[in-house]
Amino acid sequence: MYLTQYEQEMLEGKYGKGVAEAMRIQVALGEAFDAEHMVEVTRTHVAFAAMESDIWFNELFLNKGAVCKVPPTINPLYDDVYLRESVGQEDIPKYAEMLCRARKAFKGLGIVPTYSCTPYLQANVPRFGEIIAFSESSATPYVNSVHGARSNRESANSALAAAITGRVPYYGLLKKENRYGDILVRVETTLNDDFDYHLLGYAAAKKMGHGIPVFTGMHSNPRPEELTAFGAQLNTGGAVSMYHIVGVTPEAKDLETAFGGRSPHKEISVNSTDLVSLRESISYPDGKIDFAMFGCPHYNLDQIREVSRLLEGKKIHKDVELWILTSSLTKELAEKSGYLEIINKAGGHIIAGTCPDMPCWYQRYSGKVGITDSPKAAYYTPRRGINFIVKRMSECINAALKGGC
Amino acid sequence: MNNGYYCHKISGGFVEGEVLISKDDICFYLVEPETGKVIEKNHDLEGKSIVDKILIFPSGKGSSVVQGEGLYMLTRNNTGPKAMIIQHPDTVLVTGAIIMNVPLVDRVEEGFYQKVKNGDRVKVDADKGLISFI
Repeated sequence: MYLTQYEQEMLEGKYGKGVAEAMRIQVALGEAFDAEHMVEVTRTHVAFAAMESDIWFNELFLNKGAVCKVPPTINPLYDDVYLRESVGQEDIPKYAEMLCRARKAFKGLGIVPTYSCTPYLQANVPRFGEIIAFSESSATPYVNSVHGARSNRESANSALAAAITGRVPYYGLLKKENRYGDILVRVETTLNDDFDYHLLGYAAAKKMGHGIPVFTGMHSNPRPEELTAFGAQLNTGGAVSMYHIVGVTPEAKDLETAFGGRSPHKEISVNSTDLVSLRESISYPDGKIDFAMFGCPHYNLDQIREVSRLLEGKKIHKDVELWILTSSLTKELAEKSGYLEIINKAGGHIIAGTCPDMPCWYQRYSGKVGITDSPKAAYYTPRRGINFIVKRMSECINAALKGGC
Repeated sequence: MNNGYYCHKISGGFVEGEVLISKDDICFYLVEPETGKVIEKNHDLEGKSIVDKILIFPSGKGSSVVQGEGLYMLTRNNTGPKAMIIQHPDTVLVTGAIIMNVPLVDRVEEGFYQKVKNGDRVKVDADKGLISFI
């Protein structure tokens, strides 16, 4: 693979051991995928949490003196301070040391502490055609499909290597010819809200197999939270880093453009029965609940406004805890807009920078039953002993008020 | 007789060891870190140890976070494979192999897959792009 003089110098250690190690990763990826050369990236997002390997990997680069040339945004950790001070969760200190080490390493590397899985909505928004390196299952499909930016399905580690070197090998979805559709998906049902997009994404991914799907028959003006839900589920039910919606996403003004003039390799359809049976297959049976959790992926301000509208003047059942997970910026806006106060008065919480797949929740809710509007939240948590009923947001709120459904 | 097979280097190194073949993709999070035993239900290698093996499998699988954590724990406990021979590379496996210094190759000549079986001893010279039977 061809390297410029500067890239060769990075590899040989002229800019320090950390940069050299990161470049070694980028060159190996280039070799693996037959890239002929590197290209510069202008944005990065790393899907690290505070797992042992995350800390080890980040400290390794930190100790070798690396600093990110293109400072990445980062995925959620958990808000130990909120849980300790506002809810009195007792077992938090045992994670405090790992959290502290993780935050220190991230800071040293120059990672921007956004702690959100939806950086593409507010803190790290690419333009059409921009070459970037994004990891995180909800982020990669959104930046490729909705923004029309170009990112491969990076792992957290390869995205960090891109952030440190400012380079990625030129292959895969960075090239126009690899961004055309493979599979035609006919949507034969009406999509009413983001919950339907959650279900459609998950169901389509399960049904279609590998490739880039092209959707027809969908609403012509989907809302941001609908597309956030859609991409996250496509990349949870399957491994979809890019999709097209004909007449909606920027590289799919019509069918022919979406497929690059080729015919689909495969055609499938998804109807309302598929969505109903998917929901039944992933949901825990109806009954009493211990908590309700929203915001996987992180809720935006519109979704929080809707929750506050449904909760205004009411009280959440005494045996139920209600959580909305979001970014710190959105939480601040919810506070200034008055929604936080309404939700707090009803007995609910908004917690920033946290995700359902975090140790604070396994400790709190292992063996318990929750309700959520996200199939992705339900997918990751059974191995932690948490059971989720999966329903539409308004039904989840009703359950939280009554204590069950 | 042709004893060597060309392959394509992804992560360098030179090792020899015993072959273990998996028909299924591997998620290293579902390998017990203390023993190197595959614990994934109904997996081709369920119950078998991958410790110090030349591991032949189609591809990695699983989300980047869990796959990375799995590889890391195996390397830290010295319960990982000596080398990996794969067909379909992905960013997680490539990055893991480079950082942990595990030789990783793909695109092995067709004849190799017809000849190789569990228990064979092979040399993997990833730097030269050559695999040979001992």
